[in-house]
Amino acid sequence: MSFDLAVVVAALPAILAGLQVTLGIWLAALALGIGLGFAVAALRHFGPGPLGLALRLAVEVLRGTPFLIQIFLLYFGGPFVGIRLDPVPAGLLGLSVYAAAYFSEIFRAGFVAVPRGHVEAAQCVGLSRAQIVRRILVPEMTMLVLPQCVNMAVILVKETAILSIIAVPEATAVISALGSQQYAFVESLFLLALIYWLLVEACGWAGRALERRLSKFRFA
Amino acid sequence: MTLPAPAIAIRRLCKSYGQTEVLHGIDLEIARGATTCLIGPSGSGKSTLLRCIAFLEEATSGTILVNGQPLGFEEQADGRRRRLPQARIREVRSGIGMVFQQFNLWPHMTALGNVTEALVTVQGLSRREAGERGMAQLRRVGLEARARHYPSELSGGQQQRVAIARALALEPKILLFDEPTASLDPELTGEVLNVMRDLGDEGMTMVVVTHEIGFAATVGQRIVFLDHGRVLLNGPPAELFAPPRHPRLTQFLETYLDRGAAMLLKPA
Repeated sequence: MSFDLAVVVAALPAILAGLQVTLGIWLAALALGIGLGFAVAALRHFGPGPLGLALRLAVEVLRGTPFLIQIFLLYFGGPFVGIRLDPVPAGLLGLSVYAAAYFSEIFRAGFVAVPRGHVEAAQCVGLSRAQIVRRILVPEMTMLVLPQCVNMAVILVKETAILSIIAVPEATAVISALGSQQYAFVESLFLLALIYWLLVEACGWAGRALERRLSKFRFA
Repeated sequence: MTLPAPAIAIRRLCKSYGQTEVLHGIDLEIARGATTCLIGPSGSGKSTLLRCIAFLEEATSGTILVNGQPLGFEEQADGRRRRLPQARIREVRSGIGMVFQQFNLWPHMTALGNVTEALVTVQGLSRREAGERGMAQLRRVGLEARARHYPSELSGGQQQRVAIARALALEPKILLFDEPTASLDPELTGEVLNVMRDLGDEGMTMVVVTHEIGFAATVGQRIVFLDHGRVLLNGPPAELFAPPRHPRLTQFLETYLDRGAAMLLKPA
């Protein structure tokens, strides 16, 4: 068996379509995960005790079980409790919730890491609680948690591959199907590895560029 | 003859953390237009007292009147305390500015941004108007040229002067300083103390928790010496520091020879 790139070139339109799904689900899950994760962290930090405890339990379960099993449970177990979703929405929901659990922990640590004195200074000049969150806590926290967020984004792009098992037509599903049909397993796997690695590199590069831009806001 | 009402009147103020009481019934009046320095050994409660006046800590019992208005709590006819509505608390608090040991500038805002933040967010001024007022305050502390710099690009002394400008921007009647030079290199303390000295000369009411005994003795019109959560001594520096001195104060000064206490202890 020889390494045949022609197979890849011939199937380029299908591959690009798969790649589009991967990118779309990744970016959407990233946005939803950050939004939901922030809400969970804020509720745990500022909300009432029992709610915080319930959220903490949910986060622990989501972080303590493999994503593969979570997505299986959602897709195949969901119908038993009335959650009937197509592969793409199921994949997006599962990945977003999984990401939110990790992001909430990152943000929670971020809230705690903002020096108390910065909040006190804001109280002293009369900012309200909501203004302190919006003007002081969130911007300062963003600088602190940026490296971990980039790291999480990188993990997330690779987790999208798992969605192939519930038949989400993303890059891994499309390309490995192609490999089976054409008996080009090595080519397809190599191509997949290359695609994910390039995405991860691009993400890391974007993260570093952002960190450089924010570097002058660093803590004095 | 009626004496002018004090800027701050503190009555039977107690503060406990759990089982530990750190302030045991403080009675103190802070004169308007004067610089009052709170000194005392670590753990004497001076910072806690200042933080109670800033309402960053809530006293366990007792009252604080700021410009005649109750701060945070109001004593009712039956002697019980009632927490005031948030709007009243903020109104009374707005007459007080606070400067911290750690500066506590917001790192994601420029010097000018730090000074104008409350003018825009709280007072609702336009960016332009806030900018003009902010620049005027930065000029007052000699940092007009650093307006566009971020805190990380400023020296400690400059950061503290920006923090003072930030507190001044709201035009408070009273400025509180919590060990304002304690985290500065010795060569940078002078610039901050000079700004404070100027403010004192302009008639600002200031309460300064400090270890700079030399500053307290020369700029402070009133010295309050705290020990174990009580006001042990309260008087003008000339009176307090001159012999015969309270033995507890002498003992305290002897540990601060390098902070300007040496000249006070020197035999005449």
